[in-house]
Amino acid sequence: MTAVQTPRADSSAEASAVSKLVARVKRVVASNPSVLPTVAAIVIFIGMVIYGEVAYGRIVQANTLSNLLINNAHLIILAVAMTFVILTGGIDLSVGSIIALSSVAGVMLSNAGWDPLVVIVLMILIGTVFGLASGILIQYFNVQPFIATLAMMFLGRGLAALLSTQPERLPEDSPIRWLGEQFKVVDGEKVNDVVVTPGVVIALLVVLAAFFVLHRTRTGRTVYAIGGSESSSALMGLAVPRTKVLVYVISGTLSGVAAVVYTSRLGIAQNITGIGWELDAIAATVIGGTLLTGGYGYVLGSVIGALVLGLMNVLITRDGGIPPEMTTIITGGILLVFVLLQRAVTSKRHT
Amino acid sequence: MSTDARWSWLRELIRKPFFWGLIAIVALLALNVLKDPNYLALSINPVNGNLVGNVVDILRASAPILMIAVGMSLVIATGGIDLSVGSVMAVSGAVAMVFMKEAGESGSLGAALGAIGLALLVSAVLGAVNGVLVAYVGLQPFISTLIMMLAGRGIAKVITEGQNTSATNDPFRWIANGFVIGLPVVFLLAILIVLVVGFVVRRSALGLMIEAIGINPKASRMAGIKPNGLLLTVYILSAVLAGIAGIMSVGTVMTVDVSRTGYQMELDAILAVVIGGTSLAGGKFSIGGAVVGGLLIATLDKTIVFLGISSSATPAFKAIVIVVLCLLQSERVRSWFVQRRRPPQGRMTPSPAPVKQENQEVTA
Repeated sequence: MTAVQTPRADSSAEASAVSKLVARVKRVVASNPSVLPTVAAIVIFIGMVIYGEVAYGRIVQANTLSNLLINNAHLIILAVAMTFVILTGGIDLSVGSIIALSSVAGVMLSNAGWDPLVVIVLMILIGTVFGLASGILIQYFNVQPFIATLAMMFLGRGLAALLSTQPERLPEDSPIRWLGEQFKVVDGEKVNDVVVTPGVVIALLVVLAAFFVLHRTRTGRTVYAIGGSESSSALMGLAVPRTKVLVYVISGTLSGVAAVVYTSRLGIAQNITGIGWELDAIAATVIGGTLLTGGYGYVLGSVIGALVLGLMNVLITRDGGIPPEMTTIITGGILLVFVLLQRAVTSKRHT
Repeated sequence: MSTDARWSWLRELIRKPFFWGLIAIVALLALNVLKDPNYLALSINPVNGNLVGNVVDILRASAPILMIAVGMSLVIATGGIDLSVGSVMAVSGAVAMVFMKEAGESGSLGAALGAIGLALLVSAVLGAVNGVLVAYVGLQPFISTLIMMLAGRGIAKVITEGQNTSATNDPFRWIANGFVIGLPVVFLLAILIVLVVGFVVRRSALGLMIEAIGINPKASRMAGIKPNGLLLTVYILSAVLAGIAGIMSVGTVMTVDVSRTGYQMELDAILAVVIGGTSLAGGKFSIGGAVVGGLLIATLDKTIVFLGISSSATPAFKAIVIVVLCLLQSERVRSWFVQRRRPPQGRMTPSPAPVKQENQEVTA
């Protein structure tokens, strides 16, 4: 990735390195075409970075890139959560409203004088309970994932509105805000500081943990197997019911974590927080190369997908000419391109 | 003999999937009557002879939901889903409002008809894009209509340049607020369209072919049904009906709110279809069921506001309805009831129910 980004010094050696990299990627794609959408996402992300740097400047600098991470930490967590669910061939529409309920409840409890640690744990547990409910409905009562999580979405949104329809504010000295506080890791010249928040660290830890679980554990393999064919996995003796419930529990819990990260950064919670975030998360996952029918996809791809969406927002704000109303059209367009790409790849595999 | 016939009629009704929806409507109305004994009272406005009352309000509010629920039930019958209806409503409303604002003159029938025609045309185009993506490109309905849902909101915003646009036009306003023979125009219009659509799909082979696609696309193709054209038609129809719903809902206030008009209507429509007993897996559909579902949602919305609960809390009550319905429909819960009713079995014979259960889990 870095080799592509900086082809300036030592041009001949760099060029051969780039061509070697390209050849290697070609080999990987040829042996496993389902990687192609993820590779395409990486290429598009790099392309967007280069385009942004050339057209608007101030993109490839530590400040902008750290802000990209800080502002999208919650989306990265949601995309990781959604990857688990979509890999099994399911869908989770409830993530946005879990964030609303968990944030509003958390801020209200915190303002009522509860211990911040207890509040944070409760915020995460709210997500866990919602995920568990979806999972049980789906696995044990044969409700379609779409409908079960839709019900949870309605429930979360409604309960959040019952709690409060006003913006709830964390006091400036609340310890929860510490999670959103910015720390300079590298003190660069002028604005070139590498800045992280504990929220970003949490997001990165979530990504690492998800990577480990999906690619290095038996549970992860079962997740992929269910997406490939649920009945075959059941016949193979894999723990299908347990894993399916677990996937929704993971998704709900991570939504709770995302709520903590987001609330700590903004300090405000409202019952309309997170409207449409389930769509952003689905878009990030799909752009990152996860097949909506399940079975194929990568956690790191979803992270790239989330960053593509985040960077797109940055570029649109930088370019004064694109009206902000166009954002969702562009998101839709990008999503369409990626789905068509996946369609082309999968149809090639079948024939 | 006569009592037997009466019972079988009742048993038939209970077996109808939308029976529980009807029960829920009655229960909600009863709840309202408990709070205010005059809730169901209808009176006639002495000035213009229109019916006035809460029930009329519910009927009027149900009109847009009925429109999109009917379109949605056809789409779901093909095994698809249309998530874009809410956005299409916003686009249709935006087109109509901007057109009438540009036309300027208030009260012109021509401007109203032009606005309606253009709004429906744009809706049909959006529906055609969905249909082409699903039928010819072969994308999953969920993702193609999701893209249209994202893009549609943006298109509505681009049309109005991000502003909520108002216009004045009396004939257009009449559609949403007028009365004919004492009943709201929107409701009569909705019922008329529902009847026409229902008649067309049930009196021709169209409904059967739509169901065939939903049950088994491959088999229906081998039986000589061409799915592509049908799918395209169904998605266009769904979008046009959503366009009509959009005209109805912006007509009430003569303003399009690009981020709120039709917001989460797709969920209401899906809920209405599920209440109506149509399985989301596709195959069979019931327009009558969708109508019952639409009426239930409108009743639920009005009841919650009437009981003094914030309308933004309605989703929680809808969630309870969905969960209860899904549980009632699930095999596991049904088997509990069946086992309870079954005469006690000998200890030696194993009960057949758990065995069946296990098989289903494997194949599911």
